Amino acid sequence: MTIAAGGSVSHDRGATLVMLALAVGLGLVMVAALCAGRLSLSPGTVLGIVLSRIVPVDPSWSELQERIVLLVRLPRVLLTAICGAALAAAGAAMQGVLRNPLVSPHILGVSSGASFGGAVAILLGLSGWFLIGSAFLAGSAALLLVGAIARVDGRSGTVTVVLTGVIVAALFSALVSLTQFVAEPDSSLPAIVFWLMGSFATASWRQLAAAAPVLALALMLVLGLRFRINVLSLGEDDARALGLPVERDRWLVFLAVALMEATVVAFAGVIGWVGLVVPHAARMVAGEDHRLLIPASALLGASYLVLVDTLARTAVAAEIPLGVLTAIVGAPVFALLLRQRQRRELAA
Amino acid sequence: MIALKGAGIRRGERWIFRGLDLSLAPGRCVAVLGPNGRGKTTLIKAVTGLDKLDEGTREAPPLVAYVPQVIAPLPYRALDVVVMARARSLGLFGTPRRADYDIARAALVRIGAEAFAEQRLDRLSGGERQLVLLARALATQSPVLVLDEPASALDLANQSRLVAVLRDLRTAGEHAILFSTHLPTHALEVADEALLLMGPEDQRQGPVDTVMSESNLSALYGTPLRRRQVAIEGHGLVETIIPLH
Repeated sequence: MTIAAGGSVSHDRGATLVMLALAVGLGLVMVAALCAGRLSLSPGTVLGIVLSRIVPVDPSWSELQERIVLLVRLPRVLLTAICGAALAAAGAAMQGVLRNPLVSPHILGVSSGASFGGAVAILLGLSGWFLIGSAFLAGSAALLLVGAIARVDGRSGTVTVVLTGVIVAALFSALVSLTQFVAEPDSSLPAIVFWLMGSFATASWRQLAAAAPVLALALMLVLGLRFRINVLSLGEDDARALGLPVERDRWLVFLAVALMEATVVAFAGVIGWVGLVVPHAARMVAGEDHRLLIPASALLGASYLVLVDTLARTAVAAEIPLGVLTAIVGAPVFALLLRQRQRRELAA
Repeated sequence: MIALKGAGIRRGERWIFRGLDLSLAPGRCVAVLGPNGRGKTTLIKAVTGLDKLDEGTREAPPLVAYVPQVIAPLPYRALDVVVMARARSLGLFGTPRRADYDIARAALVRIGAEAFAEQRLDRLSGGERQLVLLARALATQSPVLVLDEPASALDLANQSRLVAVLRDLRTAGEHAILFSTHLPTHALEVADEALLLMGPEDQRQGPVDTVMSESNLSALYGTPLRRRQVAIEGHGLVETIIPLH
């Protein structure tokens, strides 16, 4: 049984309930993330500090605590949340449009392109905004390359797009390896390797201010297209027979996904698994209909990435690279989900 | 309402069909008959606009309601599949509202499939899915309804149901109906006219009574056939086609 199959419109009570539960869950995870760290704080203190920015609250906390929450943890938690939401929504959209539950947003080759852009920036001794800009541009170039190769006579089949994405990803992965090969073994090589493993350690308000508008725009685009994605998931002929410009709509989704992938890689390196695993988990609570699945994936993805990032910075003394942890947590979770789904389908 | 003039489609050098004229008005029903590989599906797709003509002209409303042979058994609720017919009129960022669901429900009711509304498509049988697809086609509210071998996956009971539904739609007179079929009796039961795809450049079209003659049908399928009227109590005379093996 799926909750989405309750009433006549997607915005029925069951759907509202699912979204509400996921939103409350995200709120709790974010507060917990603000509390956790080397200097652990109580939820009351954290909420007080955050609220004091909006309404006057008598401070019952030290200036150090306030600075840790406002300058270090809050921008990091917010950036992580919106990146997680973007990756998961992108994954759900891609799985729908390409009609394949095994694809992740990485399939377009954009993250490999962005990795190459970032690696080259590090090799050239660039950092900060140059690194971010270089990764973003190279990621966008990867999408253009996929589009240029996959489209013949203004048309492109989904299988062609997937294969082209694999080809472009392979090309850029090789270029990343080449970058690593020529990098300085003592300085730029470890910097590239660590950057590629993914981390939100450098998150700041300025980074959030740069990343959030792009991610929000792409998220809005994918959310806006959620019913279209339902129709696209019927397949090319069916969607065209219903009068949709399938080719244009698909590439709109790809564009939004590429924007999200390139932005996330630019700010935080390569974070795998979120876009693949979270949509499957979201399906178990929200059902298959993309009108509910995509927003549910976004909320769940935000919670998941904030949770994993908190684990990454608190589990041991040094930070565990985020990309490593999302895979270590994601792989067994995915395996469990698959088994549970299989069991449910056999029972049905 | 819908018209092809001198229409042709080719694959490489080979013409699938050529010089084909077809026009269809609301309340009229045309059956397309032809053996396997003679281009029935290609013709259907040309009428819907899914396949572009290599030659000739096509006049059609912006959207032609199309019932494909099969649909992937997706895990969506049947009603949500039917409401997808509204996608075009909802615009890029639209999602269906109450009025769209009302149209979808009415379409399901019209073909007597309202019982499946809340069920998932992948839990329905092939015949039930076919009816859902037909409901979706009606929900597009296009005046032209095109069906690609709608009976090919159906058992006898579901075939009767489909024939009854198509007859009702023809009688109601809102739709110009075109369907392809391997069952000549369906053409006799439902269609006003038949279009026989004898060869790539040889189509015979006319009222079912004249064009579906024994000689034409035998030549079409390359096997001897007889057309007979059988008197059945309570049903009067029933036309049927009998292959002679």
